[in-house]
Amino acid sequence: MKPKVAFFDFAGCEGDQLQVANLEERLLDLLEIVEIVNFREVISQKSDDYDIAFVEGSIATDHDAERLEEIRGNADILVALGSCAAIGGINSIRNSQDPEKVEERVYGEDADKVEAWDKAKAADAIVDVDHYIYGCPIDKDEFIHVVESLVQGKEPNIPTYPVCVECKMNENVCVFARNGGDKSISSAKREVQVPGSQEVEQGPFCLGPVTRAGCDAKCINEGTTCWGCRGLVDNPNQNAHKKVLDKYGLTVEEVLNKYNLYFGWQQEERKDE
Amino acid sequence: MSNEKIDVDVEYLTRVEGHGNIKVNASDGQIEKCEWQVIETPRYFESMVVDHSWKELHHITSRICGICSIGHTVASLKATEAAMGIEISKQDELLRKLILHAENMQSHILHVGYLALPDLMGEGSVIPLASSHPEELKTVIRLHRLSNEMSEMVGGRTTHPQRLIPGGFSKIPTEKELTELKNKLRNSFNDLMAVADLCEAKADKFPDFNRETEFISLTNEDEYAFYDGQVRSTDTGIQPVTDYKDITNEFVVNQSTAKFARNNRQSYMVGALARLNNNYDQLSPMAKGVAERFNLKPVNHNPFMNNIAQLVEVVHNVRDSINIIDKLLENGLEPQEEYHEPEIEVKAGRGIGAAEVPRGILFHDYTYNEEGICTAGNCVIPTNQNHANIQQDMEELAPNLINEGKDEDEIELNLEMLVRAYDPCISCSAHHLDVEFVD
Repeated sequence: MKPKVAFFDFAGCEGDQLQVANLEERLLDLLEIVEIVNFREVISQKSDDYDIAFVEGSIATDHDAERLEEIRGNADILVALGSCAAIGGINSIRNSQDPEKVEERVYGEDADKVEAWDKAKAADAIVDVDHYIYGCPIDKDEFIHVVESLVQGKEPNIPTYPVCVECKMNENVCVFARNGGDKSISSAKREVQVPGSQEVEQGPFCLGPVTRAGCDAKCINEGTTCWGCRGLVDNPNQNAHKKVLDKYGLTVEEVLNKYNLYFGWQQEERKDE
Repeated sequence: MSNEKIDVDVEYLTRVEGHGNIKVNASDGQIEKCEWQVIETPRYFESMVVDHSWKELHHITSRICGICSIGHTVASLKATEAAMGIEISKQDELLRKLILHAENMQSHILHVGYLALPDLMGEGSVIPLASSHPEELKTVIRLHRLSNEMSEMVGGRTTHPQRLIPGGFSKIPTEKELTELKNKLRNSFNDLMAVADLCEAKADKFPDFNRETEFISLTNEDEYAFYDGQVRSTDTGIQPVTDYKDITNEFVVNQSTAKFARNNRQSYMVGALARLNNNYDQLSPMAKGVAERFNLKPVNHNPFMNNIAQLVEVVHNVRDSINIIDKLLENGLEPQEEYHEPEIEVKAGRGIGAAEVPRGILFHDYTYNEEGICTAGNCVIPTNQNHANIQQDMEELAPNLINEGKDEDEIELNLEMLVRAYDPCISCSAHHLDVEFVD
């Protein structure tokens, strides 16, 4: 019997399920080892009988939470698919904003009708999550690796080291060593003391030292910087890329205070620990 | 005429992006309730962009939608560039046009091939096609893969592209890559015609439903507009993009967590059919040839023909992409350094950016302070602009179906097909309320 697989989505862009559709011919190969019984974006059939559930998106309403609990009850294995489900993701930017202002900015005078929570949460804030596939969007190869591992009853191998490790293997010029093209001040810019001098350097900022690897440093390869989409590396104080941080005179906390697109929910959880 | 009770209750409509319900109740042939309900959890992007840097906004708003992340990125960059008076090079503009074609192809092929064709073939999804129609499915997959390869080559990634940044590109494709892409595009016409044949063979399955409405899209003197232009309405003519709020007039309805929109009538339609209705003459001859096979001419008022308009556009996208690559290669690509970061003078100001994305016209509107930090944002999404038109269509189609004596299952299938024809992207459209419905 092939294991039955189901996909569900909460608040998010559905870009991770799109990566599954983007497997093209490889999706047909995957169907040799699993049976897809729920995939609302692509198929009409629906079923409550499934072994592995992939959930995408953040949880932000009571209705979301009830649905997620139901899915957890039906599934033997629950996998958080993509950053929104795995770590709260981009939706958690608003977690640090004043909830009243958030509603007013979007809904104006209808703000009082809004029934969403003040914070967007990761799936594991509501239910137990067995496995995590990080990324915004997820990496297609990593998705296949996780599915194959689960079908074989093995533990998927997800990196626990920072993006810098992969970036160095790709021989990229370190983002911190690049010259920014402009003199603007913004949260995406760093302003750091060059060790041993009074000089303050302006340049692009990168979250590679504190972010979980597994993306092959994709964004840096493509000429931009790491935005942190795969979330914090486990225990950043120990596992961050110390060499890069030391070289540019940064600490983990400085990096995290400086720049935050994806870490909103994770940062709150760290404070609670 | 039916005198029984009709109760159509579709929760979480499948094969669309995002969450929507269809509710229709009727007894003795009289409609008691007929609603297109949008039930997406609100996501608050217009607030999330506030306090963030001009360098991050396109990255944040790309996440409004996975399927149209490239279109959101482009509209976002155009808004930022308009706010700060940033100009991009002709080469970068051509590359942006190329990647918009790639996304339009990807999204339309996904919709026509994976989501709509199963209805025409009488299957519940694309998966059974693997055994019932393997060659046809492989054709669709080849086209889908080609458009994704194109997005990746230009933008660095198929979804949530990386290379597109304010002022240009952090990295550009090589001439060799562009030449290879051009060859692949030229070799794709057979596959495109095979999909057209497939649709033509099932053309009688498209319901013959016409309801006069208004069509709104970008228009541009020089080309079939995707990247740039003015706003054109079949009712009210041409207006500048900066008038977008007077055109879209978003409003709140109780049945929806997404805003609805209206201009000259109770509703209007955006997307492939709207573009085709407004800009038909600028389609490539081969695309027009496909339109003629389906007797699709402007102004066509059958929303089900949006599927065919998408197919026509894919042919145009392929043809125009080849033209763009020829232009890029004509004088050789202007090289740029690795990790390119365009020089930008940060300024305070407000900018509005519009682009045609797969589901229709998209507006981003940002205000920045002197430091380039966003103080206000607004995004008007294509699917929002279509919700009211879906509702109006449903109010006319549902009684028609009942009068024709269709049973509950047929009514449900037809209403589902209607919504799917719009290819709604519901999760993008919901930056609105989470309300309890009154039954």
